[in-house]
Amino acid sequence: MSATNGGYKVIGTRPIRHDGVDKVTGRAIYGADTRLAGLLYGQVLRSPHAHARIKSIDTSKAVALPGVKAVLTGTDLPDAGDQMVDLGEGPARLKYLRDNVLATDKALYSGHPVAAVAATSAHIAEEALDLIEVEYEVLEAVLDVREAMQEGAPQLHDDMTTQEFGEDTGRKSNLATHFEHRLGDADKAFAEADVVVEREFQTATVHQGYIEPHNATASWNADGQLTVWTSTQGSFTARAQVGAVLDMPISRIKVVPQEIGGGFGGKIPVYLEPVAALLSKASGQPVKMIMTRPAVFESTGPTPGSYVKIKMGADKSGKIVAADAYIAFESGAYPGGLVGAAAMCVFSCYDIPDGRIDCYDVVVNKPRSFAYRAPGSTQVAFATEHVVDLLAAELGMEPLEIRLKNTATTGTRRIDGVVYPKMGCKEVLEAIRDSEHYQSPVPAGPNGGRGISVGYWFNVGLKSSCTASVNSDGTVSLVEGSTDIGGTRTSVAMQFAETLGLRAEDVKPQVADTDSIGHTDVTGGSRVTYATGWAAYKAALDVRDQLCERAAQLWEVEAGQVEFDDGVFRSGDNEMAFKELAGRLEETGGPVIGRATVDPDSGVGGSFAANIADVEVDPETGKVDILRFTVVQDAGRAIHPAYVEGQMQGGSVQGIGWALNEEYFYSGDGHLDNSSFLDYRIPTSLDLPMIETIIVEVPNPGHPYGVRGVGEANIAPPPAAIAAAIEDAVGVRPQELPMKPDRIVAALAGSS
Amino acid sequence: MSKIHVQTTINGEPTEFLCEPRQSLLEVLRETLGFTGTKEGCNDGNCGACSIAVDGVLVDSCLMLAVEAEGKEIGTVEGLASPDSLHPVQQKFLEHAALQCGICTPGFLVASKALLDHNPNPSEHEVRHWLAGNLCRCTGYDKIIRAVLDAAEEVHQSA
Ligand code: FES
Ligand code: FES
Repeated sequence: MSATNGGYKVIGTRPIRHDGVDKVTGRAIYGADTRLAGLLYGQVLRSPHAHARIKSIDTSKAVALPGVKAVLTGTDLPDAGDQMVDLGEGPARLKYLRDNVLATDKALYSGHPVAAVAATSAHIAEEALDLIEVEYEVLEAVLDVREAMQEGAPQLHDDMTTQEFGEDTGRKSNLATHFEHRLGDADKAFAEADVVVEREFQTATVHQGYIEPHNATASWNADGQLTVWTSTQGSFTARAQVGAVLDMPISRIKVVPQEIGGGFGGKIPVYLEPVAALLSKASGQPVKMIMTRPAVFESTGPTPGSYVKIKMGADKSGKIVAADAYIAFESGAYPGGLVGAAAMCVFSCYDIPDGRIDCYDVVVNKPRSFAYRAPGSTQVAFATEHVVDLLAAELGMEPLEIRLKNTATTGTRRIDGVVYPKMGCKEVLEAIRDSEHYQSPVPAGPNGGRGISVGYWFNVGLKSSCTASVNSDGTVSLVEGSTDIGGTRTSVAMQFAETLGLRAEDVKPQVADTDSIGHTDVTGGSRVTYATGWAAYKAALDVRDQLCERAAQLWEVEAGQVEFDDGVFRSGDNEMAFKELAGRLEETGGPVIGRATVDPDSGVGGSFAANIADVEVDPETGKVDILRFTVVQDAGRAIHPAYVEGQMQGGSVQGIGWALNEEYFYSGDGHLDNSSFLDYRIPTSLDLPMIETIIVEVPNPGHPYGVRGVGEANIAPPPAAIAAAIEDAVGVRPQELPMKPDRIVAALAGSS
Repeated sequence: MSKIHVQTTINGEPTEFLCEPRQSLLEVLRETLGFTGTKEGCNDGNCGACSIAVDGVLVDSCLMLAVEAEGKEIGTVEGLASPDSLHPVQQKFLEHAALQCGICTPGFLVASKALLDHNPNPSEHEVRHWLAGNLCRCTGYDKIIRAVLDAAEEVHQSA
């Protein structure tokens, strides 16, 4: 099913993306493709221990190896104090950011960088790593969120005390932050409920799994100017972080965003960029660094493992009257994790009058966790959706019925206080109900089953900039700052084209470096088509207004007397198409450049996604096959439906991987045992059916074209839908992710 | 380390290079010869981003030593298109929006061409099976599979 066109000419069509030919011919330049004269290659030495004090580092043998041009350790990073710095989607302590780039006093996870080398070849740099002698005092590691909170657990940060309800308790602990949200009187509502269900859940640490490893190339000039070429979700946040870590003004740093091979939230923080910069400074040559695949798993990403407890109560009519969540997230080695976002998502699909959400942000000896597509939402959707199904079962209702009865809608107040503007949760659930898939027979046979679920992501606004130069042939060169991870050059250019009555092909979008475009925040939070698209719309209006003045000059009328509609300027009997007027700029005052910046703090429209999953379970092996899978999502307005579908399909499949296969395996002492794509198994083409998509459009009143971001909500519902389908098939429903074969087999053995 | 002289053919062009015995063909293609269209995702044979054709056989170039290219015919993504048109798999990837970030795309294109050379009329299952060694984290594969099936159709019709 495809989206409607809503009277638009460009929006809702499927043009070929502007960067497409470069990307199918191998000509697009990704971060690792950067080539410069005199390039050195950098490598990073990483801690083999999950928790250890670094007693000494001797680099002398490495320095002496022929071909080695520079060696660094954590003490070579400038000590720039400990202020808060902006990470792009939230602030972080500078000390933590710096220590994560290169450890100083302690290694806090297996894979934590402790030293770096630049040499004339990557192989020499690798040999040099073996010559660096690090003396560690190995400490006991703690890897589980609940163990880490216990008194007497090994403490990661000697000076960390728990912040509770906004106050420093002075209590030393791995519990960094404890906070809660309350609405109404949950205790009273539970006491009055006719049915109450409570369950606990766990989810494993998982990785974003982008196929392109992190990379950075840096060139430090003799005049102190630094250029960094990298694959990043945000060139401006990369610049800010590099500036903070290296204690240098951002004006001396230019970040050139190369094409990026996937991010999903994991390419917002910097890892290699400051290291490459310092190696370049020390060696006087440009330095390229590419992270190894094991290091990507051991040292970047992941998204938190979690322990979640959900209690919900309903009255006899099926109305959910109370909800209570306990959410503990592993933040990884440094605090500031994603539990806050989880709190915003946990009951987000329901209208619940009384409730409580209790949240714990806990450090453990794993890499610092980062955003992964709707960060925090998948873990809690897995839990909440299960409990909602149990309520339905107790009340004799269908899963879809209880969801429709309690759906969040315009005006719903969430437990964390947010009141929804126009939202599409109900419409998404109705699209499930009306779908051919839902109405088709459940897979036959003793081991087939079907489940449904719904999930949410709130989306973000943040700042974007665009400039647009009108070319004399009637086309427009559009410059933007949002790195393009999945076709956003085109979805942004299409909004520009629509506004000026141009064809998508007449707009030529480019992603520029930090010296060439105004500040633009990260490609994250499903914000680019929304906010950068809005900036493009406003830049187009700026072009329109300037061209109205030019037309007025030609016709000797007032600018206010010129009207513009569908690509044509008109005043009285005068009429001129955009293209013709563009050819007459020379005689009316010279070039025209439109520009715009936006910082939408209101108007962001959240997005809901829902699934129908049909599975077959092999009770002998515990293997779950996805037979049929449908994803429904509210796009607000689908600018380029093919790429909207692509987001829905890609997010669904990441959710399927999270549901069935993906997890970090740590040995008892905290070493990651599955740091390869062989052992960390993401879904392959052979594991999947086609992913059916239904785009729902409930236009966002907070955007000129009604856009809601569609990048994220789609990852949240799959684990719960698959769990429900497994239960429908074989009568057991795992409360722990992933729902891997041995877990299914064990559950079946336990239930018989 | 002293270097070894290798004579090979890349995308039909006789090519010579010097390499260390420990260098992979992927490294030499990318860093020495500038064929950066071939991507590195894992460097251990598990993602398929580095797929190339060697004498018509699909190979992960990260698992092949550069010295093994001696006397071989190497095909990379840069050699798929002709001067005046894209290969049908390239065209269909564009039409079907079968790429998002695009880092996996060169590997998928080389692998898909190898599939169609070998089996011009594959079923959906055969396409999924053949491409199971190429990982894509962005698309969920749906549009990739459709693009390859559509390209097969086109190759078939024009044959
Ligand atoms: S880079 Fe060769 S298979 Fe991944
Ligand atoms: S398009 Fe990004 S990995 Fe395939």
